[in-house]
Amino acid sequence: MAQMNYRDAIRLALIEELDRDERVFLIGEDIGRYQGTFRVTEGLFDKYGPTRVIDAPISEPGFVSMAVGAAMEGLKPVVEMMTWSFGILAMDQIVNHAAKIYYKSGGACPVPMVIRGPAGPGKQLAAQHSHSLETWFAHSPGLKVVLPSTPADAKGLLKTAIHDNNPIIFMEHPQIYGVKGDVPEDPNFKIPFGVADVKREGNHATIVTYSRGVHLSLEAAKQLAEEGIEVEIVDLRTIAPIDMETVFRSVAKTHRAIVVHDDWRFAGFGAEIAAQVQEYAFDELDAPVLRVAGADVPMPYSRVLEKLAVPTEQDIAAAVKRALA
Amino acid sequence: MLKTKVKPKTASKTTSKEKAELIELYRQMLLIRRFEEQCNVAYRQAKIGGYLHLYIGQEAVAVGFISQLQKQDRVVGHYRDHGYVLALGSDPKAVMAELLGKETGLCKGKGGSMHLYDRDKNFLGGYGIIGGMIGIATGVAFKQRYMQEDGVTLCFFGDGSMNAGLLHECFNMAGLWDLPVIYIVENNKYAMGTALEHHSSETNLAKRASVYGFPSKQIDGMDVLSVRAEAREVIKHVREKREPYFVEAITYRFVGHGAADITDPGSYRTKEELEEWKERDPLESLKAILVGDGVISESELQTMDDEIKAIVKEAARFADESADPPPDALFEDVLA
Repeated sequence: MAQMNYRDAIRLALIEELDRDERVFLIGEDIGRYQGTFRVTEGLFDKYGPTRVIDAPISEPGFVSMAVGAAMEGLKPVVEMMTWSFGILAMDQIVNHAAKIYYKSGGACPVPMVIRGPAGPGKQLAAQHSHSLETWFAHSPGLKVVLPSTPADAKGLLKTAIHDNNPIIFMEHPQIYGVKGDVPEDPNFKIPFGVADVKREGNHATIVTYSRGVHLSLEAAKQLAEEGIEVEIVDLRTIAPIDMETVFRSVAKTHRAIVVHDDWRFAGFGAEIAAQVQEYAFDELDAPVLRVAGADVPMPYSRVLEKLAVPTEQDIAAAVKRALA
Repeated sequence: MLKTKVKPKTASKTTSKEKAELIELYRQMLLIRRFEEQCNVAYRQAKIGGYLHLYIGQEAVAVGFISQLQKQDRVVGHYRDHGYVLALGSDPKAVMAELLGKETGLCKGKGGSMHLYDRDKNFLGGYGIIGGMIGIATGVAFKQRYMQEDGVTLCFFGDGSMNAGLLHECFNMAGLWDLPVIYIVENNKYAMGTALEHHSSETNLAKRASVYGFPSKQIDGMDVLSVRAEAREVIKHVREKREPYFVEAITYRFVGHGAADITDPGSYRTKEELEEWKERDPLESLKAILVGDGVISESELQTMDDEIKAIVKEAARFADESADPPPDALFEDVLA
């Protein structure tokens, strides 16, 4: 085990894969000479050169679709989206092309590629740099959607993503790039998709979450524990594929579920979890499934308003108490 | 109309190998023509559903270019894509079965007319979104460059694609990174029913594409010998120089935008214009040269036509008799 932060763990996965397979290359805006907006690719241009670490023009549809074509022919592109808010620019290339080509070709053309980058609120990044939109991608068949919360998960899941034969939406979180944790040093360490991780055990209520929501929930759990309430935190890690079995098992124990995410509440991913829990585990529930999610507004710039727009540990603690009331 | 810039050689002075190549060009164009005519019949019989876009009139562009490819080369196209796979040698039975949505189709009935794929024949897709194929082809050429292969990628699209932002993003990257891609706009004068002069601020598309640091030219897309001569030169240039090339092939479709357009010539063009272009039918022009120069006789051509009609009839029979995809196929091939 080595101690490192989330950013360095992602970079380590990239380095290991660049070393392992010459077909792996990185492309994105300012990932090379500038060293990456969030410094994830720092040093890689100097180490691997412009053939494998490619500074792209500001053309999200262009370089994403170019990566799709390269992937169809056997390369393994790892595209950096400077922020996933810009992923909307490449929506046609991701949803109408990357996600559909394997199916519409009758299984002839897999598209093995990863698109990675920060998603979710940073600090006062305002309306066009703060949203995560994971539901938009999870909604589309043909994509896998990954949202790691810890350095070890980030490394292990990114390795799996690069080895996968499908288009992978890999969403990092700007607020946890600096979070430290133990990361296995074994270059073969990988975390499979569709396997949730129980980040905290408890008997009173289940919190289903991912990405930054895990850290908020762990903080809320500390407060609740002081009042004798023990929550179980299920980190989904990937929302497509999704490990609902772990969720159902936990709900069978606690009989209460709260979903936490930064993304908008209305028609957000929490609605899918709530629907599945009521559909398949209705008899286990002692309370309605609750959602703690981003406010349904474009992200405001004001520090005060922004704080009201994103979930907090207090919101989570309050929801848990409401479920227990 | 654009005058032919490269003078085709007269066939009379050609060797027997060249004569065989000329006959093969004609045979491929005739196969596409007869296949498309059969598609139109199958569409009227409601055997083919959805959108169906026929390549009748434009055959010389696909056949002329594809005749010059090598096995390491790749082709990406738009949704009017039957001509490419047939010219590349796909089995007409599997193509027709795909159009009828059968499990024996090229894509197991999941793609349909607009989404043909044949990896074995180097065809990496027909695409239904204007401009989408340009990104894919640019990526395919990126791989050829990245792996230092000597293949080239042909990317076919229509004049409507000239207005897609993606095209200009890709032209910029292809020029920036010297990708071995040949962008071929089949300028058939209309983006669906909107004429070039109503959709493009500059109607000389070769000029419009000339600012990205790679060569561009206009060619006559109605004369297969001219297309072949230009294609030979352009493909050689891209294979050796490793840089993109833009070709504007001036052409015309003799049928509606889609088979659902039952009135011909349609409300957006005149009967006179259509008739004028039909006088330049690429099959008729080549036929006149072949017969005139004694490369092939009228009766041999008739035999060829009969053989091709039999191939198309057999494709139609095969497609008719093939099974629909089983229900289990619905959830197969979503993920690799």
